[in-house]
Amino acid sequence: FMQRGLDSQTKKQLEEEEKKIISEEHWYLDVPDLKEKESCIIEERSFLRCEDLVYGRMSFKGFNPEIEKLMIQMNSKCKEEKIEEDDKMEADVSDEEMARRYETLVGTIGKKFLRKRDQRVLKDDDEDEDEEVEEGNSNTRPSKRAKKMFLKPQD
Amino acid sequence: MAAERGTAAEALVGQVVLPGDLLLLPAHYDEDAEGERLRLSAGAAPQGRLLCGPGLRRSGAGLLVTKCGLLRHRPAGGGAYWVDSQQKRYVPVKGDHVIGIVTVKAGDVFRLDVGGSEPASLSYLAFEGATKRNRPNVQVGDLIYGQFVVANKDMEPEMVCIDSSGKSSGMGIIGQDGFLFKVSLGLIRKLLAPKCEIIQELSQLYPFELVLGMNGRIWVKAKTVQQTLIIVNILEACEYMTAEQRKQALAKLSGN
Repeated sequence: FMQRGLDSQTKKQLEEEEKKIISEEHWYLDVPDLKEKESCIIEERSFLRCEDLVYGRMSFKGFNPEIEKLMIQMNSKCKEEKIEEDDKMEADVSDEEMARRYETLVGTIGKKFLRKRDQRVLKDDDEDEDEEVEEGNSNTRPSKRAKKMFLKPQD
Repeated sequence: MAAERGTAAEALVGQVVLPGDLLLLPAHYDEDAEGERLRLSAGAAPQGRLLCGPGLRRSGAGLLVTKCGLLRHRPAGGGAYWVDSQQKRYVPVKGDHVIGIVTVKAGDVFRLDVGGSEPASLSYLAFEGATKRNRPNVQVGDLIYGQFVVANKDMEPEMVCIDSSGKSSGMGIIGQDGFLFKVSLGLIRKLLAPKCEIIQELSQLYPFELVLGMNGRIWVKAKTVQQTLIIVNILEACEYMTAEQRKQALAKLSGN
């Protein structure tokens, strides 16, 4: 039986034997793995990184104003690390007031982006909170609800 | 060959070292002491890696000196050791700002003479605001201030006139007039030190413009030819003058 195709088991055996032969042929180092030494020393050929050199283009007494601007810019870049001043500008408005304003601000701007239906809901909620005449509300509400539902055409 | 026993690096800071000297580093840079790296040593262990600057090479447990000069040390930022040596011949180093002279304009690339063993190449697109249609106006014989982007001993050095953010920040073609001359590399580094007295004293004299290239070339421009030449002479001579001699010379000049 099954003469055309090899049996699955014999196939597997053949494959394993092939793999064995191939992996034995592969060369491998018989040496224990070298531990990767983390070197703490970096070699550097540039003086720029060792010494603190200023920028090479200079101008004095206003001979070339662009270069004088550049000098200030370049040399302040080097000194930025040394400057540890706070850059906080004095606020005109205190933090608490800002927080209060923001609370209301978020609400008002948020309303702008609601869809119409949601806006109506919001209005209802608002009106609920306000102590308005309830009758007026109850009158308007059923009519609004009626509008929302589909009205069957009367025969 | 007897192996020389090294001396501690810290002991030699500020002294003359010769090629072949071995400098030993404190134990926390030892590669074998992995477990001991965390122990608190008597001195403060600097964080980060040690920078081994020009004139020094890493060799086993320490640093091997390859140039003669004074050993310098910077304790900040992980520590750095380097040899302050003097030479006239420049070897291109990546990141250095240099003054180059355009010698050949070959199609899309300029060849600049920077004083090294090979001419450096500079592409016409390496200028601020340069496009294929908008080419920079560079002629043979122009002076260019740029920085190296590729500079090793196996390849031809390449320069650019823009920095990593695409801005020129002062690099590019150096303008008309002025005077270019060559000094030794040690003097350039002295002049580029922050708060250099020579530059401060000179700046009190007249208005002038100065460009210092790390390859030993200085370009000076002042209002009149005479002023330019005076500045050139002072800069050339101040390498071998003491501070007092220099002040005397300047006093004479400002008196004139």
